[in-house]
Amino acid sequence: QFYLSHKCVHCSSASGHFVFFIIYATRSLIIQIHQFILQEDLNKKMLDGLLEFVKKSAASFWCRDDDWMSRMRASEIPTAALVLGVNMPDHTITFESMTELLHDSLTPFVASVQAKECTGNRSYVWPGIKAFFPLPLQCHLCMSVCVCHLQKSPVKSPRKRLSSSQSEFLQSPPVVVIFRDLEAFSPQVLQDFILVCSQYVHQLPLVFIFGIATSPSTIQRMLPHSVSSLLCIELFQSLSCTQHLATIIDKLFLTSKFHFKFSAKVLQVLVGIFLYHDFSVCNFIKGLQLSLLEHFHSQPLSVLCCHKQEALVHAQQLNDRDVERIQQLPSFMRYVEEQVPEEQVQLLTSSEHVKGVCQKLLKSLHKYHKNFYPALRCLHVLTSILPKYPLGKQIRELYVLCLEKKVWETQEYDSAMQLIRMLAKDELVTCLQKCVEILTFCKSKKLKKVGQQLQDITATCEKLDSDRENDSSGKGLQKTDLFHLQKTLLEMKECRRTRRKTPYEILRNAVVDYIDNLVKTHLYPPESQPLYEVWYYSSSGTVRRHLNATPRTSIQTALSHPYCYLQNDSGIISSAAPDICIIYKLHLECGRLINLYDWLEAYATVATAAEGKDPSAIEGGKVDELKHARFIRAVSELEFLGFVKSTKQKTDHVARLTWGGC
Amino acid sequence: MSPAKRAAEVSGLYVRFVGDAEVLEHIVERREGAKVPKGSVQKLLALKEDQGPQECEGSVGEQDYLDALGTGATAGEEDGGGGGGGSSGPGGSAVFTFQTAKRSHKMAQMASEMARAPGRTVTFCSPGSPEAAGSPSRGSRGAAGETRTPPKVRPTGGRGRDVRSPAGESWASRLNSFLPQGRKVRFVSSTPHRLRKRLAAPNLRSESDSDLSPSHSEDEEDDDEEEREEKEELREAELTTPSKVAAAALYRTPAKKPKKGLEPSLVEEYFTAHASSKVTTSDRTLQKLQTPKLDQETLARLLDGKPSSYADEINQLNKEHEKFFSKWMLQLQLGFNVLLYGLGSKKPLLERFRTSRLLGVTHLVVNGFFPSITLKSILNSITVEVLEHQGSFRSPVEQMDFIMKSLRQDPSLQVYLVIHNIDGPMLRSEKTQQALGQLASLTNVHVLASIDHINAPLVWDQAKLSLFNWLWYETTTYLPYAEETSYENSLLVQQSGALALSSLTHVLRSLTPNARGIFRLLAEFQLESRDNPSYSGLSFQEFYQRCREAFLVNSDVTLRTQLTEFRDHKLIRTKKGADSVEYLLIPVDPATLTDFLEKEDAQ
Repeated sequence: QFYLSHKCVHCSSASGHFVFFIIYATRSLIIQIHQFILQEDLNKKMLDGLLEFVKKSAASFWCRDDDWMSRMRASEIPTAALVLGVNMPDHTITFESMTELLHDSLTPFVASVQAKECTGNRSYVWPGIKAFFPLPLQCHLCMSVCVCHLQKSPVKSPRKRLSSSQSEFLQSPPVVVIFRDLEAFSPQVLQDFILVCSQYVHQLPLVFIFGIATSPSTIQRMLPHSVSSLLCIELFQSLSCTQHLATIIDKLFLTSKFHFKFSAKVLQVLVGIFLYHDFSVCNFIKGLQLSLLEHFHSQPLSVLCCHKQEALVHAQQLNDRDVERIQQLPSFMRYVEEQVPEEQVQLLTSSEHVKGVCQKLLKSLHKYHKNFYPALRCLHVLTSILPKYPLGKQIRELYVLCLEKKVWETQEYDSAMQLIRMLAKDELVTCLQKCVEILTFCKSKKLKKVGQQLQDITATCEKLDSDRENDSSGKGLQKTDLFHLQKTLLEMKECRRTRRKTPYEILRNAVVDYIDNLVKTHLYPPESQPLYEVWYYSSSGTVRRHLNATPRTSIQTALSHPYCYLQNDSGIISSAAPDICIIYKLHLECGRLINLYDWLEAYATVATAAEGKDPSAIEGGKVDELKHARFIRAVSELEFLGFVKSTKQKTDHVARLTWGGC
Repeated sequence: MSPAKRAAEVSGLYVRFVGDAEVLEHIVERREGAKVPKGSVQKLLALKEDQGPQECEGSVGEQDYLDALGTGATAGEEDGGGGGGGSSGPGGSAVFTFQTAKRSHKMAQMASEMARAPGRTVTFCSPGSPEAAGSPSRGSRGAAGETRTPPKVRPTGGRGRDVRSPAGESWASRLNSFLPQGRKVRFVSSTPHRLRKRLAAPNLRSESDSDLSPSHSEDEEDDDEEEREEKEELREAELTTPSKVAAAALYRTPAKKPKKGLEPSLVEEYFTAHASSKVTTSDRTLQKLQTPKLDQETLARLLDGKPSSYADEINQLNKEHEKFFSKWMLQLQLGFNVLLYGLGSKKPLLERFRTSRLLGVTHLVVNGFFPSITLKSILNSITVEVLEHQGSFRSPVEQMDFIMKSLRQDPSLQVYLVIHNIDGPMLRSEKTQQALGQLASLTNVHVLASIDHINAPLVWDQAKLSLFNWLWYETTTYLPYAEETSYENSLLVQQSGALALSSLTHVLRSLTPNARGIFRLLAEFQLESRDNPSYSGLSFQEFYQRCREAFLVNSDVTLRTQLTEFRDHKLIRTKKGADSVEYLLIPVDPATLTDFLEKEDAQ
């Protein structure tokens, strides 16, 4: 169902620009949808639990038992504390789907409040809630505000009215109040709100939901015991954002269904932004969208980056310009060089032939990916249980390694293989079973065969188990003195060295060889594949510049090294730097305050020299009007940029706002 | 071949004592930035006593470290391939240099240098020589030995100051200058090898390479330069104040040695520099200029039409940026918002974008640098001009809600917001940015904005950034901020006061003759006492007295009513003095006031 919307591409393949746009648009849509599905799937467990919780608390409100426990409970407000993690912007989606879910399935009375809507002022809590609540309920809440304001003398009348109107609500569904960002609320507002609500807990089926970014202990920190004892808190934990990322990478990249791929560097940049900056999955998706757009924008051949059948059709329809582009692809050139001379001539001259070869290569590219990912997963299964994780704990680390170079040539791979050779049997068997599972589910025949072989090995391994048990005689260490112990140990060591390999060890070595073989045949880095540029986006610099920019460095570089930006064709750097650069450099030499007069004079010296005149000709106090004007402009520009500001500390001085050169 | 190089080559066979130095390096590098307890610093420094010869190794390590930092900062740009103009930017250490200890005429000296070697000046990196770094001891010596006032072009004796030293070296040598004197003296006991040599022969001009410490390595050349300069320094010191030679040498050279334990003191240095209110700059003021202050018009006239020396290159640069237009348009349509940064005014660029791409569609231009722009005015123009809604709103929140609702209801209406300087002083507040972010997050609002202030990105937190969904574009244009700075009241620009004057006359023309008289009285008094620097205004009682005498009012109630009217028109300002007496002041500068009175007289 992924590529349904791709049909429209065919009809418009004439206008190249339009094609990529449509592909991109549909695809980013797909990603978005896909991501939403993922998110909901991931949070499904939590949401279901939550729903159950709200239902249960509502039920217990309506049919109260008379025993002591439920009476105790009845005076508490049921509260769900959701621990969501620090990536606040991502939570919006979660809360939206939660509100929708509750609204659709349980109760129309769902209010979602954010801290910034209710700052400080007590009565401010209500606007957010009012909008959702039916009129009679609003009266209640207003009443409670009254109560809140007249705390000294809790007025009797509202309560009376309340009890008279109580019957109206008996059948009403629960009232859910969601606090999206608990940490940001002012504790006083929250306390008051809870106190007020607790007075109505017998009349109203209230349920609170707290969204917590840090840790559950926040509740205790924000609310004193007297208040938190009014809540009956149940904790819900959402999936951590790293797990979320892992799932997305798993679903979007480690699959041959999705054809757009990242090169190792781009993936590293995006994961780096995620881990070191924001933990935001949304931002990661944004980076994905950006690189998708960049890829389709900058690589005209990306029309071939789609489903196999379509790609073949597109390849047939390529125009001469595109064929030329294909011929210029580095990977294609490498491929050409490997061919026999006649073939080379054919490939360089006949565009029809190129199209044919291109189709062939595209097929092999698809095939390569079909084999690549199962092999990668197998290797990950085996290496992720090793001590110290030589090839990375997460599959994305292994993936990056494999994308970068031939993984079997790395030192880490060697050590990993050595460690596998030392695995205990039960560990190995579980790993192998997982591998077999992966391999049998994949479509490629070759891999299925390997899976079959691995399964055989596993079976033999398990059979060994029973044999071994009979074999292992009671050769354990008996209670003995130190001397004897040493002696026995030495003997054992000796015998281990000379002993021939057990059947298990032989099998284990066979497994390692299989895996090694699997890796070496399927985990070639994508660069080795002809036409890989069509699928892989590799400009990590662009992604970094657009998502994780450093405006300050840019300004500073422009000021201190103008030649980085201002290069003319002749390559000669003229002496006259822009005024603002001169001014900036002079100001770097000053302390906290800068004397404007000195500054002006220094500037005039430089500027005069730049014009080719003798700087010593300037007499004190005589500055040409134009230079004065240029100086004024440059200084006000520096002021505008935030490097200096005017100060009253001393006449005709400005204060420097940056320390050192930065 | 120097012994140092030889030593480096045979290091495989050669057993050296490196333990302490290595360990030290590790410890101190870890702690960089963090504040190290004083005791530990001293201990670390004490440890260094026996590792004089290895000090150079330390500096090499440091350089590697800095190189790594630098490449780390630019690695992404370099592998970009199709990068923009800034792809060859220098490493972080070259851009963010550390401050040098200053002397009063440093700037003039720098200027003279730039003037003397015009061919090279543009490229120089901040001077890394110890001479430039100038140890604190020099400061005091300079004050004693030379006259401070005339920062005339001082010949610097053709020292090799323009030498482009590697970043690490300059960093290290600059660090040295941060060692306070008190701490340096401690090292006298542990006089290192090199220092001893030099002390023995302080004015030996041709100290050869063999005098260098054995493990000297790749930054040798620069070090040589340093050595030579130091020697010259010493000679100079000897010439001016011979008795101080030893002391100066002792202060200077050991400061070079303990490279490692210094980072914490950088922090301290910052605070000491900012703690004292004493400023060592010259006392000259702009009054000395023979050219008077320029006013805004003259400034504009002078600058107008003068071609910049880089016109061609700047044009080329801007042409490069224009290639992005179609991409921006595409990205805007796909839900991203575009943010431009980089040196130079981006207004012309955005204007060109607007005129070439946005003419057919609904768009709104916001001049964020304008000093009186408010969120309300932006929202108003959206509701009135774009949504064509005539009603008024009680609060910006309500207005926001209305805008969001109507834009959501009508997805076919695409609005492009072009914001020049979204970091403008009036738009910096949290609420404004939140509102703008909410607008930007709508699918049919597309924002194209620019920032200029170096701290601009601090305006947004994570939540706002996710609302804005920026794509950052570096567009360094080098164009003058003509319009953006014209509203700032620069120190140097003569306030013409034309605006204030016309408003004064206009308001007063509508008042009664009595009221005019009252104002005139106040203005005259203010002009009389304009030479009195402690003049804080005319007290109400006295003013009343004067007004009574001039038969302008008959009771203080009348006067108060009159004053309220003045205050409403912002003609006067009242201030409560220390004795809780009300003082009245006209917030206009004397020149304008004189003009005003003259005009009044003429009528």
